[in-house]
Amino acid sequence: MKFGLIFSVAKSLLLARWKQTLVAAIGVTFSIAMFISLLSFMTGLNDLLDGLIMNRTPHILLYKEIQPSKQQPVELDFRYKDYHNFVSSVKPKNERLDIRNNRAIIDVLEKDKRVLGIAPKITTQVFFNVGVINLNGVINGIDVISENELFLFDDYVVAGNYQDLNNIPNSIILGKGAAEKMLAQIGDVVQVTAVTGQQVQLKVVGFFQSGLLEFDNVQSYASISTTQKLLSESNNYVTGIQIKLNDVEQALPVAREYEQLFGINALDIQTANAQFETGSFVRTLISYAVGITLLVVAGFGIYNILNMMIYEKMDSIAILKATGFSGRDVKNIFITIALCIGIFGGLLGLVFGYTLSSIIDQIPFITAALPTVTTYPINYNPNFYIIGGVFSIITTYLAGYFPSKKASKVDPVVIIRGK
Amino acid sequence: MTGNILEAKGITKYFHDPVTFQVLKNISFAIKGGEFVSITGKSGCGKSTLLYILSTMDTDYEGELLIDRVSMKGRKEAELAKVRNVKIGFVFQFHYLLNEFTVLRNVMLPALKMAAKSPEEIEHQAHEKLKILGIESEALKSPNKLSGGQKQRVAIARALINDPIIIMGDEPTGNLDKKNSENVYQIFKELAQAYHQSLLIVTHDAEFAARTDRIIEMEDGAILNN
Repeated sequence: MKFGLIFSVAKSLLLARWKQTLVAAIGVTFSIAMFISLLSFMTGLNDLLDGLIMNRTPHILLYKEIQPSKQQPVELDFRYKDYHNFVSSVKPKNERLDIRNNRAIIDVLEKDKRVLGIAPKITTQVFFNVGVINLNGVINGIDVISENELFLFDDYVVAGNYQDLNNIPNSIILGKGAAEKMLAQIGDVVQVTAVTGQQVQLKVVGFFQSGLLEFDNVQSYASISTTQKLLSESNNYVTGIQIKLNDVEQALPVAREYEQLFGINALDIQTANAQFETGSFVRTLISYAVGITLLVVAGFGIYNILNMMIYEKMDSIAILKATGFSGRDVKNIFITIALCIGIFGGLLGLVFGYTLSSIIDQIPFITAALPTVTTYPINYNPNFYIIGGVFSIITTYLAGYFPSKKASKVDPVVIIRGK
Repeated sequence: MTGNILEAKGITKYFHDPVTFQVLKNISFAIKGGEFVSITGKSGCGKSTLLYILSTMDTDYEGELLIDRVSMKGRKEAELAKVRNVKIGFVFQFHYLLNEFTVLRNVMLPALKMAAKSPEEIEHQAHEKLKILGIESEALKSPNKLSGGQKQRVAIARALINDPIIIMGDEPTGNLDKKNSENVYQIFKELAQAYHQSLLIVTHDAEFAARTDRIIEMEDGAILNN
């Protein structure tokens, strides 16, 4: 009841100056709409750029690195244990690159609840023999099904069908850049020399384009079994295990844990791609700063209009106070006015922001580097709408607070005597 | 109503701007229930200042003020607002009606604030008050469509809505012509006689004052005769 009265007084004051009120509300609408569309567009773009790398990067990569032995034999001998042993010209051990006992490791990982999925992988250097010259290349032997599930492999296969890697024996998907150099078409056969010296003929079943030129010039894909054959290895030869976690933020601690547990190297995504994280963070920060600046400007608009309204309505405030409205009631009336402007303008802003984002989403954006993208990217994250809504209410409340306080301090005696 | 509904005990007030100046000098008097009292005096003698102190709107004074036998000294702003809302009705020289509301709603406002009754009851009551003042037909108009005399009658209806123990008027006829002043006087008279409404009216209209039950005459911040 009490609020109903305050609201009705606020409403009539609002409607008495509806043009100014509308201008104030439009200010809020505009700033919220810009805030939403700016953030949606900016984070959409961020996600796209990060996705170029991040989508293709496992959260944790288990691999074995060729490195010198940490303990030299002399140190193991009890006779020299208390000595300072100097060993010069230490060389890396002659070790196999594959992950030993990988079947058991995969079994353990599959039972781990933090793990979303696993994709084993073989990476190997090759030469593509094209006429008289040899082109450098890397073949990634992949588990086609899980690679597609975890790393959206299909999105980057621009020609041909990725499943042919499984269906057609001795097949390869060439990087777009490599294929252009070799003038290879789908259905052609390319000759490949492995590091072991073995030569194999592989049938081209598709082209791959990630959007990163350097990557596409070198990388090619084959199935795990094809790669094992190429290297003359048994069918349990795997050089890397790619892991996707349910929570990316856990990558670092989990990587440390696996390193201990399995006694191999583990690389987490944050360490591997620290610069991307920083880039997105700064871009997002700038978007927020611009959005909030717009809102603050709108807040000043509301502040001005309320101040003016209070000067105009001095008489009304005085009589309200004379007839028994307390300072607090008067303050609540003006804060209600400010909040009405904020809520109304904010809601409209959310709608316009969504509309504007949808329009941007329709604008064609075709670039050779990004085969999967046809329109400008937009991130419809509901959080932006929540933040925008909450912020519009907070700013208008603050903008209304000071004028309201002034109104509550109006001394009715001064006004009434002044007449 | 019997007994003192309003009592002033040694009220003294100073103005400090531009120089310290004593406006009210040790003013003491009391008003009984149902009395029709006027305060007169030359302009600048402090009669309006006194009224604003009596109405609780001005709290910067020395001495004691009792309304309905309760001291108003040291009360919080919100408490005083409540006293004004419930116990005092105001009529000013200027009507101070809110143009954003209809006449009816203007009259209802103080009662809606008090919130002792349902809005339907309050509306019914407001209609009755307007009827007493003979302007019921204007209830749904906007105040700026009314004549000066009608506006002042609406202001009186608004003062009456919460059945206050006293109505205070600051030159309620000051802005009105002869005919309308007479009208307002007749209304006050009727309120005092038929409804035993206590009234305290500040006026410099000697003719108006002369016809009230009791005149308090002031000069230079003190009561000359009571």
